Amino acid sequence: MCGVCGCGKGETRMEAGEPGHGQTGHDHTHHGHAHHEHDHDHHHHDGHQDTLRDDPARRAHLVSVEQDILGKNNALAAHNRQHFNSHGVLALNLVSSPGAGKTTLLVASLQQLLPGATVAVIEGDQETSADADRIRATGAPAIQVNTGRGCHLDAAMIDEAFHRLHIQDGILFIENVGNLVCPAAFDLGEAHKVVIASVTEGEDKPLKYPNMFAASSLMLVSKVDLLPHLDFDVELLIANARRVNPSIAVIRVSATTGEGIDRWLRWIGAARDMAVASA
Amino acid sequence: MHEVALCNSLVEMIREQQRQRGFQRVRRVIVEVGVLGHVDPHALDFAFDVEAKDSPAEGAELEIREIEGRAWCMDCSKLETIARRGDACPECGGFTLIVEQGDELRLKELEVI
Repeated sequence: MCGVCGCGKGETRMEAGEPGHGQTGHDHTHHGHAHHEHDHDHHHHDGHQDTLRDDPARRAHLVSVEQDILGKNNALAAHNRQHFNSHGVLALNLVSSPGAGKTTLLVASLQQLLPGATVAVIEGDQETSADADRIRATGAPAIQVNTGRGCHLDAAMIDEAFHRLHIQDGILFIENVGNLVCPAAFDLGEAHKVVIASVTEGEDKPLKYPNMFAASSLMLVSKVDLLPHLDFDVELLIANARRVNPSIAVIRVSATTGEGIDRWLRWIGAARDMAVASA
Repeated sequence: MHEVALCNSLVEMIREQQRQRGFQRVRRVIVEVGVLGHVDPHALDFAFDVEAKDSPAEGAELEIREIEGRAWCMDCSKLETIARRGDACPECGGFTLIVEQGDELRLKELEVI
């Protein structure tokens, strides 16, 4: 298994070729990532055990390490963050449960943004390139990363994908694997995590998956056009999100009716101004 | 399931420690895990046994030391202990809490021979 992403050996796949518009080739090459060191050193010291036990210098002792287990990923994320800043790129990490409407919302956002802005997308899913195909249909360049058995994107995958996108002075959307648990742990170098919670889920999602809501700057409440048909309390969802993250911003959106998309785009614009100002 | 990925990182860190310090093998691995973090200690323990196979830490005991959750209550201006994210301030019942401690995930010590 991979030390950073949890995938099996060679399981993470990234599309080959250029992330151009309307690309249809999906040869899934198996990349040997820089961080994939799967050499298994076999240490057989059974024959030495008795002598070791008798040697006082070899007796068990404690060594202090004091290292963050996520340190390697965090260092790569810091590298990505620097890279995004130097390229004038605002990176947003979109996270949600499966089916919350990340891709649909992203497509609606791209359709509004594309006439004027430079935009690119990194799509994370366990399998298929269906989502990247949907993104490319809007005209935006996209790279699909298939994580195989891995349940989240990690900083190394983003590093590799970003180098192939050649984006400058624009917005990079990273659509994470649909999962409210594991992606919370892995910093990708993004400026913000944006969590999408749909009104077809429970109002208690922020309390059930508090780390993701705590790590996010913004919660998009999606599919609000369905509210008349549902017994869903938006105010309760927001109150629950603020119980785990008092400073989380909230925007209600519908990709179907377009409600709230303008506010979401204004939020992106403000985040971009902030990123440029502090780069 | 990201505990598998975390344990794989942990085993890589142990290999690196072995390269630096030259010990034979590891008998005990001491990690600190914050109770407000994203790690399930049982899943971590299970994943460690699997991931440590064929490594210097094969068969080693994983000792998980839990770090309690501490949060600053903006309403009563006090540092309080909380059991999980989303809990109210035990003092005033408010929810305006800024977590100060409890997110840790650290390899602290190794008992080696």
